[in-house]
Amino acid sequence: MSDSIVFSPVTARPAPHRTQGISAWARTNLFSDWPNSIATVLLLMIFAWYLPQLIDWAVLKAVVRPDVDACQAAAHAGACWGVVSEKYRTILFGRYPYAEQWRPLAAVLLMLSLVGVSAVPRMWRWYLLPLWLAGMVLFVALMGGSVAGLTPVQTNLWGGLPLTVLLSLGGMTMAFPLAILLAMGRRSTLPVLRTLSSLYVELIRGVPLISVLFMASFMLPLFLPQGVKLDVLIRVLVGIGLFSAAYMAEIVRGGLQAVPQAQTEAAQSLGLGYWKTHGLVLLPQALQAVLPSLVNSFIGNFKDCSLVTIVSLYELTGALSLALGGDVVWRPFFLEGYLFVALIYWSFCFGMSRYSMRLERRLSRSQART
Amino acid sequence: MSIIEFDKVNKWFGQQHVLRDIDLQVEAGEQVVICGPSGSGKSTLIRLVNRLEAHEEGRLVVDGITIDDNAKSIEAVRRKVGMVFQQFNLFPHLSVLENLTLAPVWVNGTAQKDAEAQAMQQLERVHIAEQAHKYPLQLSGGQQQRVAIARALCLSPRIMLFDEPTSALDPEMIKEVLDVMAELATQGITMLCVTHEMGFARSVANRVIFMDDGQIIEEAPPTDFFDNPQSARLQEFLSRIL
Ligand SMILES: Nc1ncnc2c1ncn2[C@@H]1O[C@H](COP(=O)(O)OP(=O)(O)OP(=O)(O)O)[C@@H](O)[C@H]1O
Ligand SMILES: [Mg+2]
Repeated sequence: MSDSIVFSPVTARPAPHRTQGISAWARTNLFSDWPNSIATVLLLMIFAWYLPQLIDWAVLKAVVRPDVDACQAAAHAGACWGVVSEKYRTILFGRYPYAEQWRPLAAVLLMLSLVGVSAVPRMWRWYLLPLWLAGMVLFVALMGGSVAGLTPVQTNLWGGLPLTVLLSLGGMTMAFPLAILLAMGRRSTLPVLRTLSSLYVELIRGVPLISVLFMASFMLPLFLPQGVKLDVLIRVLVGIGLFSAAYMAEIVRGGLQAVPQAQTEAAQSLGLGYWKTHGLVLLPQALQAVLPSLVNSFIGNFKDCSLVTIVSLYELTGALSLALGGDVVWRPFFLEGYLFVALIYWSFCFGMSRYSMRLERRLSRSQART
Repeated sequence: MSIIEFDKVNKWFGQQHVLRDIDLQVEAGEQVVICGPSGSGKSTLIRLVNRLEAHEEGRLVVDGITIDDNAKSIEAVRRKVGMVFQQFNLFPHLSVLENLTLAPVWVNGTAQKDAEAQAMQQLERVHIAEQAHKYPLQLSGGQQQRVAIARALCLSPRIMLFDEPTSALDPEMIKEVLDVMAELATQGITMLCVTHEMGFARSVANRVIFMDDGQIIEEAPPTDFFDNPQSARLQEFLSRIL
């Protein structure tokens, strides 16, 4: 019986080379093969060359005081952050009356804390909706005044960060429900509904936002009955909402398409009708699947708001031009101003992107096998 | 009067005639097993009962409700008929408990608390109460299918439809699902069950139906059906699967 198989246990041995730690990480990520190694070394060299120069310009030789002479003396060898210290209030709040600028500040903080509260999944309850409505009303009251003894401020004076926040949040609030309806319309069994929704989406996606804004602010009034005057801010909000709805509708539709038909059948067999099937079964799964794309579109929308300058609304970038364009002394330091505005945009967008990543992980927990 | 009555029911998919002159009566409390080769129309037949598919000709009456395009009657019939699918079709974004309370709360308007108590009872019934707070994809196939059965039971249906409930399961899980179904049968629910589990058909069903080519070829109590098949087609079918 020499050829019978006998079980011989194998004891666990350590791995032949380290699979953990910095050197192992560097080997797999930075120096896995020749092209990778060359790229790593090249990038390191570029960094080594430029980083000191950048630090030199942005920090060491920079002028932070709002002092034009010092800035000019630095003569572009160092950054002139003084332009920010001098002009930040105009950049942040546009043409809003100087003495009243605590109001837009409070309004922005209010909106940001609302966003912060809504970001916590534990808070996703029905009362979030009235909370937001109250927040919006308070925002408008703070900005517009003429209640509680606040002096009235015309909407054409609203500007800077509060305007950006208002346009992107307001636009999104309008766009989201519309996008869902459009997506459902495009999947409808009713031909008329399907055609209309497709037509809308294709039409809007075929034109640039800037022309939609233009039409919203100059053509919309032509369709309104005589004597009815819609505030330019509202017209622009409607324009942004209608525009981003078309893009988001396609994202939502993609998500709905990804939910298996069997889910619809299961919901129907339980007696759920069309709306409940969508609201309780299909949309939660669809939106979860397309969350990264939705956030991406929200980020795009947030930045697109800068286009409203063409209809004389001065959000962040517009307010920057306002602050520096008319000022011969400070005008040479546009670059620093733009960097400041870019930093604000970036921190918002980065926050959104990090948040969406966390949300994704949290939502996908239910999908994970354990 | 029978709880389910098919009277010369016909169904087409495009030009394909998938159900032909179906006549079938199911009495309340009866357990009927349907078998037949793939594509013979078994799924389509039971999906007519809760209107997941619509028939073009003939009359179908379920628990006194004539099945037609009327949205009200479709809604009413779906409350009386529970369905269990081959692929379980649980809602992956909801916990087991939420899967079970969804329809009672949103369709029947049951209070959340009562719905949860009711759901726990149904989970006990399928022996899986300890998994109530997990998500479907964290369960084994057999467990998922038992949750699906419990979900259907939460609306207290008079009729349960099963479409090959064990076909997607590993062999060792088939038994746990069949056991639950057998228990249900003893509790008097009317069951219409597409399955190829012949042991189940023999021990649980009152009647077995053989379909081929969109027609009911033979129907008989299980002993006659298996031991004394009349038609050549059924004899051939049985010789292949037994
Ligand atoms: N939605 C549909 N559209 C078009 N044809 C369909 C559709 N559903 C089923 N069919 C066709 O109808 C016939 C009957 O299908 P059915 O699913 O009822 O068969 P079955 O007996 O359940 O088969 P299986 O054992 O494979 O599940 C098949 O030929 C199938 O191709
Ligand atoms: Mg089938």
